[in-house]
Amino acid sequence: MANPVISAQGLRKVFRSSRGKEVVAVDELTMEVEEGTLTAFLGPNGAGKSTSLRMLITLMPPTAGKAQVCGHSITDNPGLVRSSIGYVGQKNGVSPYQRVRDELHSQGLLYGLGREESRRRTDELTDALQLGEIAHRKAETLSGGQKRRVDIALGLMPRPKLLLLDEPSTGLDPQSRANLWEHILTMRNRYGTSLLLTTHYLDEADQFAERVMVVDRGRVIADDTASQLKDTFAGDRISLTVTNEMADKTSATMRRAAAVSGSTEPEPRRTELASGCTRLSVAVNHGEYLLARMIHDLHAEEVNVIAANIDQPTLDHVFLNLTGRSLREESHLSLNTTPAAEPASEGISR
Amino acid sequence: MINTTISPTTRISRPSGVLVDIWCVFLRELRPMLRDPFQLLTSLVQPLIFMAIFGPLLAGVTGESLGETYQWFVPGVLVMSTLFSTTMTGSNLLYEIIMGSHERMMVAPVSRAALLLGRTLKEMVPLLSQAIVLCSIAAAFGFRPHLPGLLTGFAILSVLGMGLGALSYALGIASRHQDWLFWAVQQTLIFPLTLLSGLLLPLEGGPRWIETVSQANPLTYVVDALRELVNGSFGADTLQGAVAAVVVLALGLVVGIRAMRRSV
Ligand SMILES: Nc1ncnc2c1ncn2[C@@H]1O[C@H](COP(=O)(O)OP(=O)(O)OP(=O)(O)O)[C@@H](O)[C@H]1O
Ligand SMILES: [Mg+2]
Repeated sequence: MANPVISAQGLRKVFRSSRGKEVVAVDELTMEVEEGTLTAFLGPNGAGKSTSLRMLITLMPPTAGKAQVCGHSITDNPGLVRSSIGYVGQKNGVSPYQRVRDELHSQGLLYGLGREESRRRTDELTDALQLGEIAHRKAETLSGGQKRRVDIALGLMPRPKLLLLDEPSTGLDPQSRANLWEHILTMRNRYGTSLLLTTHYLDEADQFAERVMVVDRGRVIADDTASQLKDTFAGDRISLTVTNEMADKTSATMRRAAAVSGSTEPEPRRTELASGCTRLSVAVNHGEYLLARMIHDLHAEEVNVIAANIDQPTLDHVFLNLTGRSLREESHLSLNTTPAAEPASEGISR
Repeated sequence: MINTTISPTTRISRPSGVLVDIWCVFLRELRPMLRDPFQLLTSLVQPLIFMAIFGPLLAGVTGESLGETYQWFVPGVLVMSTLFSTTMTGSNLLYEIIMGSHERMMVAPVSRAALLLGRTLKEMVPLLSQAIVLCSIAAAFGFRPHLPGLLTGFAILSVLGMGLGALSYALGIASRHQDWLFWAVQQTLIFPLTLLSGLLLPLEGGPRWIETVSQANPLTYVVDALRELVNGSFGADTLQGAVAAVVVLALGLVVGIRAMRRSV
């Protein structure tokens, strides 16, 4: 990689409890993040996402391993690392004692912006994250989501080369999430800001991240683009509904097409529906092309397809296939409620 | 409507000078107080009660006038209110550590020393404004301090207050994993410190051990210095008081900065 903003080799963090028990929070984290990209850390609670971030931003020294952030070593030059990055932590960054506007302005000054520039940036972020109405309130009186918006504004204040965000969108309403993403993406597109963030919202990682790193029990268990991960670890699923008499013929055609696409389990699953129809569903690759092909073939065989559906996999399926556990069980935070996320797409009869 | 202006001048932040950092931290700490100056009034209540009750009582015992009594008693009240308010200040930091805003400050490109020094410096502001108000009220009842002496006294008091504040911050940081510890230690320490310094009652003629203990208490020297100063002399007591305050400050800064470096 030409110019990685983060390059970590074998980072490890072990916590020791007071009773001497060891918790390996991060194990052998090796990664490179290319300049100007958006990388998402995904994983269940306790996977080690925050700890990884906290080592990279020099808040805690690694037990072993080393890393360069924006070209500076996190252990030898923590000061230079800190002056090149912005950070939004998982906890509230805004002090309960401070008024929102004051805190933003102080943050600008702390990052070496001049008074004027700090004011200007405060105004911009107040607009972008819609903080106008709460700008003069003390942070302890704000709602959770309002506080979160202020936290994010604080992290964006310095307009850094690299921005690390620990669950930035948790607790935000959909409108605020949209605003947050709009602002983050604008920063990246206009200034080439590199981003590393953790999230429990799989749809965000899916939609915005160039790269998804799935972390579990301190280890990176998958690292690729979202679509590549989905292709590798979970396929599309095509479901067709036909009359019962046509089910066998349809099943054979579907099996053939699925096998051609390279599906590992081309045998369609059948569900009889109450209305004298059967629903057949099969795992395939590149479902959108294959669906057209199947319908075309079935039409030639004079099979009348009553309903057709593609379930596209989500990162949740990826995680499920990787670990045998659902990300969803660990977190009810995900807003990703596309029907595809429910395995119960097997018909109306239930 | 989503508004995404981002001003064009990208300024990559640089590690700013320590003095600038200290100033920024100082201003940040000061702002809540400037926004809400009435909170300073509440911390005046306790010392005023002491002045209103102990002043006449002591005057009754000694047979002196209230003004003469205040010449001796007000310095004690000033040291006491300094002790009470500055030793509590670490609880604010503790709360910020627990809530998370301190973590954000620790990630900013600001030296750890500045994080402590800026906060410590702020302690002077409530302390001096309280002292001025208390002296003015006492003056209405006959307190007649020697002005240059009083100003010197304020300087010594500020040094002491900053030292105690720094120690309180260190205590706040040390209590971050068990927050009850802060109040347990603070409450356990301030009463013996107050009572064994001759702030409120003269210690002369008391048992020997009390005198010995009070000699190890820096507050004893500061209050003696203030008593000398308000009466217009600058002697050995003043010097000892100044030294005691500087020692507390030096200790506070060393302990405080070390604690701040490990405050995550
Ligand atoms: N300061 C600490 N002391 C001891 N153990 C810790 C500490 N911080 C984290 N851990 C442990 O390290 C592991 C990883 O924690 P971490 O906060 O990195 O998880 P996470 O992936 O961010 O989880 P979440 O999604 O809940 O935020 C957990 O088992 C946690 O209990
Ligand atoms: Mg976390």
